[in-house]
Amino acid sequence: MPTHTFTLNGEKVTVEAEDDVRLLWVLRDLLGVTGPKYGCGIEVCRACTSHINGKAFNPCSVPVGDIADSDEVTTIEGLPATAGGELHPMQEAWLERDVTQCGYCQPGQIMTAVAKVRQARDEGREIGDDDLDEIRNICRCGTYNRIREAIVDGARKM
Amino acid sequence: MATHRDSPDPEDAGADAGEDGTSRRRFVGYLLAAPTLVAAAEVGVQAVNPRQAAAAVPSPPQPPEVLDLNDLLTLAAKPTANLISVRVHQDGTVSFDLPRAEVGQGITTSSAMIVAEEMDVPLEKVRVTLADARPELLFNQLTGGSNTTISTFTPIRVAAAIAKGRLLEAAALELGELVSELTTRAGVVLSSGGKRVTYGSLAEKAASAESRQVSVKLKERSEFTVVGRPQNRIDALDAVTGRKKFAMDLDVPGAAPAMVCRPPTINGKVRSVQNEAAVKAMPGITDVAVVSTGVAVRGRTFGQCIDAVRALDVTWDGGTAEGKSDEDVLRELRKAEIPLAVPDSGPLTGTVDADFTFWFASNSALEPNCAVADVRSHRAEIWGGLKSPVVAQQEIAAKLGLPQGAVTVHVTEGGGSFGRKLFYDAALEAAEISQKMGKPVKLMWHRTDDFRQGRTHPMSTSRVRASYLPGNVLTYEQRHTSVATDFGHGLGEIITSLSAKLPVGDLTFSETVFSLTQQSPYDFGVTTQLLSEVDKGFNTGSMRNIYSPNVRCAQELVVDELAKRMKKDPCDFRREFLKDERASAVLEKVAEKGEWGRSMPEGTAQGIAVHPEYHGVVAVLAEIDCRPGTAGREVRDARTGPRVTKAVCAVDVGLAVNPRGLEAQMMGGIMDGIAHALTSSLHLKDGRFLEGSWDNYFYTRQWNVPPELEIIVMPPTTGRPGGAGELAVAAAMAAVACAYGRATGRMPTEFPVSHSGDLGFEPLPTVPPIPQSPTDGLDHAH
Repeated sequence: MPTHTFTLNGEKVTVEAEDDVRLLWVLRDLLGVTGPKYGCGIEVCRACTSHINGKAFNPCSVPVGDIADSDEVTTIEGLPATAGGELHPMQEAWLERDVTQCGYCQPGQIMTAVAKVRQARDEGREIGDDDLDEIRNICRCGTYNRIREAIVDGARKM
Repeated sequence: MATHRDSPDPEDAGADAGEDGTSRRRFVGYLLAAPTLVAAAEVGVQAVNPRQAAAAVPSPPQPPEVLDLNDLLTLAAKPTANLISVRVHQDGTVSFDLPRAEVGQGITTSSAMIVAEEMDVPLEKVRVTLADARPELLFNQLTGGSNTTISTFTPIRVAAAIAKGRLLEAAALELGELVSELTTRAGVVLSSGGKRVTYGSLAEKAASAESRQVSVKLKERSEFTVVGRPQNRIDALDAVTGRKKFAMDLDVPGAAPAMVCRPPTINGKVRSVQNEAAVKAMPGITDVAVVSTGVAVRGRTFGQCIDAVRALDVTWDGGTAEGKSDEDVLRELRKAEIPLAVPDSGPLTGTVDADFTFWFASNSALEPNCAVADVRSHRAEIWGGLKSPVVAQQEIAAKLGLPQGAVTVHVTEGGGSFGRKLFYDAALEAAEISQKMGKPVKLMWHRTDDFRQGRTHPMSTSRVRASYLPGNVLTYEQRHTSVATDFGHGLGEIITSLSAKLPVGDLTFSETVFSLTQQSPYDFGVTTQLLSEVDKGFNTGSMRNIYSPNVRCAQELVVDELAKRMKKDPCDFRREFLKDERASAVLEKVAEKGEWGRSMPEGTAQGIAVHPEYHGVVAVLAEIDCRPGTAGREVRDARTGPRVTKAVCAVDVGLAVNPRGLEAQMMGGIMDGIAHALTSSLHLKDGRFLEGSWDNYFYTRQWNVPPELEIIVMPPTTGRPGGAGELAVAAAMAAVACAYGRATGRMPTEFPVSHSGDLGFEPLPTVPPIPQSPTDGLDHAH
């Protein structure tokens, strides 16, 4: 069976898996990293959103064979370390706004939010209503307005 | 705002008079024999208001009436049966095992608040966990009907108050002072002389060597410092760090991923499998087995299970909805409609006749149906987000051929429910698969299965006729006709078998639920609302708020029409006809905060609606923008359409234990209402649902969210908590529908309004039954 090595949440990991197994299952079923959730398997619901080299992506739609040794994968578990604290400012904003209901979509929402703020800044602006309208992550508990407020708050502290 | 008086408190019946003239009843609870202090109270019985024993779905009949229906007599006869308990530990923490399912509604937080309040212990010292299935609790372990806090508020308080009383007694001995000289604060007992002793250090000393009954008085509501104040969720940190564990996140030894290859049509059965051996030889796959719902596969990863499901070559029979499409079911409903009784014309009276269609919808939670099962020859262990774990345990035992006591059912945190987790389909299926394969399994449904073979909110029609004279409504008739709703999650069977003893006579269980939940908040003269049902061929269930969103939506649209005929403003008209002060108060509040009647551009409008249920009442004011520029906005693979631009909600639940949690519940209910009114439905075609993903089933997404949202929690009225989980859905759906009708100039008659337009997506194939995951995810990294 092929072996795959990459950086996961700041640490080098090596795992055996067929090349075509999607990264989500390598993370969850083989490496026991369960922050990224399954909600559709076809890059629609965004519950598994994580970061690859600082950009948001959906591991449900990436074969592990496409991940290079040099790639850095960050899941919700590794997000605080990227900001050097116990919690990332976006997570703190989430707590302050009491965003969570069932919590199932929240890791993906937070990972999307962080990337969305960075993306806006790369384009030389702050995140606004139009950016928030574009977010595709589903929150079936419908706590959308608190998500919007928390992203704006979190961005201020990022 | 209108003023309110507390309605007579049934808990005060037979009370002794307190010094301030109000009456305070003593409550009975128990001290249980244990190494550290354990205090308990009976759940269910004393919490039920006798006058309302049949007035909400889960309000149960008296336990003695049902014991003979179950093989539970022995258990129930134990002195500790029916008890919930709080436990004080030496580290100063207090633990409470909640016999309910947390699926996002926030009941672990609100229950912890109730314990903290009654015991004077800091909230962070209260640990609330979810109880395993406890058969002796019968229907008192069912999470539904927005009933959790209604039914557990008093029992939790009683148990906590007894624990505090016992701690005071132990402290009195320890400090050599009278109990009357002691006070409690933040987990510490303080003496008038300034001595202090912590709850933790008293935990052992306060323990009881024998179980015995004690009585206690509860804290006055005026002394509350925790209950009624906004509190953030106690499980939020786990959720935002990814530490919160759902069923599929559990590490159960040996439990490998499993999925089921399901039929292309609803409830089709396996006739034959052509390539079982070849699929078993696929990478990672360990087992393949035919089960009652399809062909199960087990493997090293879910990804490989998806591959195996897709590779299976299965011959199926047609299922229970073979060949049927939306129009066929609608025809069945039409045939079953109970005729309206009042003639549709008279010499002086006017008549509003209306006819509404509500298409199939899905309550699909984001966490798909799933469960972990480890079935051995003489025992079984199950893990899942289960709202009726006792019935699940009974049925799993029956299916496996094991005694009920040999099946342990653990209730895990659930990733949303909306009525879905009342059913335990996945747990039953996982148990069957584990038994067939002889190995532990982690069973998960694919999202596509969830939409196509999962539970649905049944299609229904509502016919309404209202007759009026200028200034008065004489009659209001509503005939709701629905594809049968499955209430087979236990409570249903219990109540059905007892229905002859209920005040509603010999109606079916669905009719009973309908009669006990549907009410008109308006003085419309002779009012009848009846339900009839057809077609049991679909997998249905109670979706959040069951019948109310559709029934209320139809009624509020007719209310707008009546107002128009009488040339009255819709809000003024409601003011005039509302029966209840609390309903009027929430209506006034949203009208004021939402600036009802403000001038708005053509193609945009406001709508307003009220809904009473669960001993609470809510009003929603919605503003909608139906102008082409907004309705025609484009988002890839999305349903845009008219946008609700603002929603204002006022809610009175009697006593909000946690106003912040209540606001969250209202927000979610509003998003559901928007989806039901405008965008989300299932299309039935040739025995199958076309929707197979979240970009087909158009639940509210960020581009549909009202940018302006205001939620007002009304001050306490009755002083007792009502239900909140479902309360906002009906009023939100109705307000959005009314706004849509006023913005477009015509009353909408089918829901969601988008259903009969463009499908808006290319349906996924049905063979294989689930789609392959894409491989180009890296190209979309942003």
